[in-house]
Amino acid sequence: MLELRQITKRFGDVLANDHVDIVVKPGTIHAIVGENGAGKSTAMRIAYGFYTADSGEIIVDGQPRDIKSPHDAIALGIGMVHQHFMLVETMTVAENIVLGAEPGSSFDLDLKRAGAQIRQLSEEFKLAVNPNEPVEHLSVGQQQRVELLKALYRHARLLILDEPTAVLTPLEVEEFFVILRRMREQGKTVIIITHKLSEVLAISDEVTVMRDGKVVGRVQTKDTNAAELARLMVGREVLLRVEKPEAKVGRPQLEVRNLSVTDINSQKRVNDVSFEVRSGEIVGIAGVEGNGQTELIEALAGLVEPERLSGEINFEGRTLNALGARVRRELGIAHIPEDRHRRGLLLDFSLSENAILGVHYRPPIVAGGIFLDEKAVHRRASEIIQGFDVRPPNAALPARALSGGNQQKLIIGREYHVNPKLLLVSQPTRGVDIGAIEFIHRQLVALRDAGCAILLVSAELEEVTSLSDRLLIIHEGRIAGEVDPKVATLEEIGLLMTRGH
Amino acid sequence: MPKLARELLFPLIAVVAAFIVGGILILLVGDNPITAYKLLLGSALSWPDGIGYTLFLSTPLIFTGLAVLVGFRCGLFNIGAEGQLYVAAFATAWVGITFANRGSWLLIPLCFAAAILAGAFWGAIPGVLKAQFGSHEVINTIMLNFIAVALVSYFTQYHYKVPGDPILQTAPIGPGAYIPHLGKFIHGFPERIPLNVAFLLALLCCLLVYLFLWRTKWGYEIRATGSNPFAAEYGGISIRKQIVLAMSVSGALAGMVAINEVLGNRHRYYDGFSDNYGFTGIAVALLGRNHPVGVILAALLFAALQHGGIYVDGFSEHVTKDIVQVLQGVIILFVAAEGFFKWALGRRLPGNV
Repeated sequence: MLELRQITKRFGDVLANDHVDIVVKPGTIHAIVGENGAGKSTAMRIAYGFYTADSGEIIVDGQPRDIKSPHDAIALGIGMVHQHFMLVETMTVAENIVLGAEPGSSFDLDLKRAGAQIRQLSEEFKLAVNPNEPVEHLSVGQQQRVELLKALYRHARLLILDEPTAVLTPLEVEEFFVILRRMREQGKTVIIITHKLSEVLAISDEVTVMRDGKVVGRVQTKDTNAAELARLMVGREVLLRVEKPEAKVGRPQLEVRNLSVTDINSQKRVNDVSFEVRSGEIVGIAGVEGNGQTELIEALAGLVEPERLSGEINFEGRTLNALGARVRRELGIAHIPEDRHRRGLLLDFSLSENAILGVHYRPPIVAGGIFLDEKAVHRRASEIIQGFDVRPPNAALPARALSGGNQQKLIIGREYHVNPKLLLVSQPTRGVDIGAIEFIHRQLVALRDAGCAILLVSAELEEVTSLSDRLLIIHEGRIAGEVDPKVATLEEIGLLMTRGH
Repeated sequence: MPKLARELLFPLIAVVAAFIVGGILILLVGDNPITAYKLLLGSALSWPDGIGYTLFLSTPLIFTGLAVLVGFRCGLFNIGAEGQLYVAAFATAWVGITFANRGSWLLIPLCFAAAILAGAFWGAIPGVLKAQFGSHEVINTIMLNFIAVALVSYFTQYHYKVPGDPILQTAPIGPGAYIPHLGKFIHGFPERIPLNVAFLLALLCCLLVYLFLWRTKWGYEIRATGSNPFAAEYGGISIRKQIVLAMSVSGALAGMVAINEVLGNRHRYYDGFSDNYGFTGIAVALLGRNHPVGVILAALLFAALQHGGIYVDGFSEHVTKDIVQVLQGVIILFVAAEGFFKWALGRRLPGNV
């Protein structure tokens, strides 16, 4: 169906694609895996006409083709769904789908005919969406379906999906895979760019592995496993399972009693939750996203107005409810937030300015009560950058210039630097490369072994089960149960996550 | 591209583009653009009057530009510099009148304090409203402009005017409050030109604002709030405090226009003295890329245009000083369109590899 031959693409000094060969057979689901910056998106953007290759050939259906723009690609039956959706929020589903390929004459937009076609397509591929609904009312999963319909409406026979599951909840991922299998049955070809190995193994027929701009492996999915793929991606052996010694549990640090949190619309997001976290243990919270985890962590970190809380948050015997984020930090509570762009970083600030967030107002960062001590700022930044292998190691760069994994390492380094007594961690490895995930996990265990109490929230079941010493399951804002992660099965946990008791 | 060049690129494009568009307009009305521009810039840069008046006119623009800049850096759009400087000018005059017979050593610091505190107070009002009730500062600062002007005119008309004076102005301040014209210190620079010590104060304020924003913990907190309030909050910074602080500092800077006007120039409060300084300050901050050095450069440019415009009005056949408005307008248009240019250029640069 699609073949890239010896594709080379250079951006300035960076060789993004180095003689890349990819063969995608018709009627298959083909996964392209690799770490961030491995060149997978570049290769696919070349196939879609977003970039033009410096050298090499693109062959579609056995014919060499010159794809200069997405228009050419669409004409050849190639469609692409980007990681960030390109939808007009205020327009309806049907309007979004026909946008750029409007039916009817220039002055007479025939939305009725479009609506019928869309309904037929959604029938055929089981992509249930209402064509007349404005896109802003749709969930992320539904928006993705609109993107798929957009490509199918333009008669795409090959669909390129860039990190399609990054924005989906575990349940939505399942539904999404059903859709992909359905497409394959209907004779479509699918290319899926990802770095989640479990998904690759679950959905694809063939895998191309890329590293540093080169293709380093081509395998049949049925002949491979996660360990092999990880080794190919990273270039060395990777421990997928966390090795950790038995926890040496101390006294309770955080005690949460009957805590409820309401949102600004007075909806209860956390409902009568009680638990404790002792020093030297990792307590995990598993749950489908949006079941109150965000609100719980923010309430513990001091980012929710006291009026919206009821119950008690005790830390080392002190009630925290009325205390702000600054005082809680001073008491020894660190926080690695789930959304690093929104909460964790000042994206336009330099790495050094980010490295001091939270301690920017006190010695040693501030000398003499007013002025920032440039030397102290620099020292702290370089300690974090070196200690946590933040790349590129240039403290003057804006945080925006870093990859997701390196941004996360910067945040983790910053929060570790204060030697916390309690660490609140949310989605520590979201959007992070496998190599960095291993590092982050090891660091969490090391901090635990140093006596820190850790509360870990993650949507990745693998992650919470392998890291936690005790595991709580949250469902609709309530603790649905506690399991021993060493013996509990994924099915057992999954059931609590989706049904509660 | 080095950082400095990158920072200067868009403002320069904007200025050049404005002069081209202005040139076409001059041609259309039937004058020679080269001659008109020679007249405009020549008269703005002549020694000593051109330069003297350009620097004098730049003084309030530097203050208001800094005021808008401090707001912007906290994510606030202070459109209220105009009202803040009116309130400050009246307060300064009031102190200068009330304590008229005190010596300079007391009266000048008192007047300075009046200018700064009155401006800060008037700026803090929308700050507190936003911090406490979340009401938008743009609306509140605009409304406070009207209130300020009306209030100050009322007090001038009914309480502080010299009886019988046909002009809406207060009585003069005590001579102890006068600050000297720079002509007093510079050989060959006539003292009649109103350029005064306030200009040096404005330059000093640029340095202080720079140190405040980029070298102190308070500045860090203000900039963090402006850059990403959610991350600032996460870092233990009180957004509400920063909003009030930034608006107060912003108002104080706008208020310092009073020092130039009341202590250095007219020596009284004069109704309508501000030639939209507060609003031009927005343009100055934008063109100056919200940096103190940029504010100085932009204020000098706008002041030169203002002053040169008077001569264009008088000495060219068809073009009027409205050309200055056109130039300023086009500059702002292009500065505001920076996002578009970046987008157009950025499409050719690599994205996520």
